[in-house]
Amino acid sequence: MEEIKNIIESLLFVAGEPLTIDHINNILIQAEKKEIRNSLSELSKEYEDRKGGFYLREVAGGYQIRTRPEYREWIKRLIQPKALRLSKAALETLAIIAYKQPIIRSDIEHVRGVNCGGILRMLLERRLIRVLGKKEIPGRPLIYATTKQFLEVFDLKDLKDLPTPEEIKSLGEAPSEHMG
Amino acid sequence: MTPDECYQVQLENIFEGPMDLLVHLIKKHEVDIYDIPIALITEQYLEYLEWMKAMNIDVAGEFLVLASTLTQIKSKMLLPAQEDDDEDEDPRLEIIRPLEEYLRIKSAAEKLAQRDLLGEDTFVRIPGQEDYLLNREEAVIDVGLFELIDAFQKIFEKISPIGRMEINADTITVRDRIVQIVDIFEARGSVTFDELFSKNADKSEVIVTFLAILEMVKLSLIRVAQHTRTGIIRLFYL
Repeated sequence: MEEIKNIIESLLFVAGEPLTIDHINNILIQAEKKEIRNSLSELSKEYEDRKGGFYLREVAGGYQIRTRPEYREWIKRLIQPKALRLSKAALETLAIIAYKQPIIRSDIEHVRGVNCGGILRMLLERRLIRVLGKKEIPGRPLIYATTKQFLEVFDLKDLKDLPTPEEIKSLGEAPSEHMG
Repeated sequence: MTPDECYQVQLENIFEGPMDLLVHLIKKHEVDIYDIPIALITEQYLEYLEWMKAMNIDVAGEFLVLASTLTQIKSKMLLPAQEDDDEDEDPRLEIIRPLEEYLRIKSAAEKLAQRDLLGEDTFVRIPGQEDYLLNREEAVIDVGLFELIDAFQKIFEKISPIGRMEINADTITVRDRIVQIVDIFEARGSVTFDELFSKNADKSEVIVTFLAILEMVKLSLIRVAQHTRTGIIRLFYL
């Protein structure tokens, strides 16, 4: 049991992408999925108890060792990651696709009331979204959806893990705490 | 510069779109989105458009579409309710529904941005050279001239925003640059394509570096490979 946990930890340490339980199971055939799952949660707990430089995250359907956000400034002195920096408009477009996928361009533009061709191209280039196919309606518009990369970048287990938007009423009155 | 082509401002920098302007007005006046004082908001909206025009901000067609919707709602509100229609719908619903949806998306976008973003807040181990070499067949593809030119164009676009070109007498030669690059490889073994171009390099420097890379490939000094997943081009010292 202890050994299985160590093997899994070593796999997580080396893997470049989030490892799924199935993937680990393919390597560790002698273990049962339940054991793997238990070992993963034990590892996660150990990292939490230790409160070290990294933790275990469940992202994009798999598990990945990631550095704790507290230490971001130091990491950025070590490496220069490609800046993610999405504009507000890009984030909104991405949110529309994430919550309403599969979705065609005209429906995306309808929500924000503006053209989004340039933003879509940029999101496609960064592999945050992908084209699922063409919709069988006049003009055969492209259908968009988010990618696994999107889940990885935004630290999401799966699409169900998307944050729930706040109730609208409070938003419309957002700056008015003093209104009583 | 003729008077016609005077200074223009990109609208996107101020309001991302007509819905954004509407939200701004609603927040500014602290009104309930389910009970919008349509006359006031319409008036303010049109005032903003005028103001933007006065400042020579290019008002996009989308802003005018919403302006006409607002004006239409305003006039409907003035009409007495029709008797035969059972329970006339509040004309404002036409704007409330899309507004609700937009606010929901706005809030979702903000929440997404607050997460611990990969490459911004949290990091994973970066596969080093060994990984590239071990998985050579499946993970990387050898790069052809076109891919290199594409990558070069991207870097070139970054450095030449308005066609500014400075000519320096003591520019470095391709031969010297090769020597410099070899030094880098001696120390590091492999580097990414982008790393060889410093952020504040001028055009001639970028061209010299690119020619140096091509020359080194020709001389079989280096091998160029592109990661299939990340698209990052990496150069290996042979």
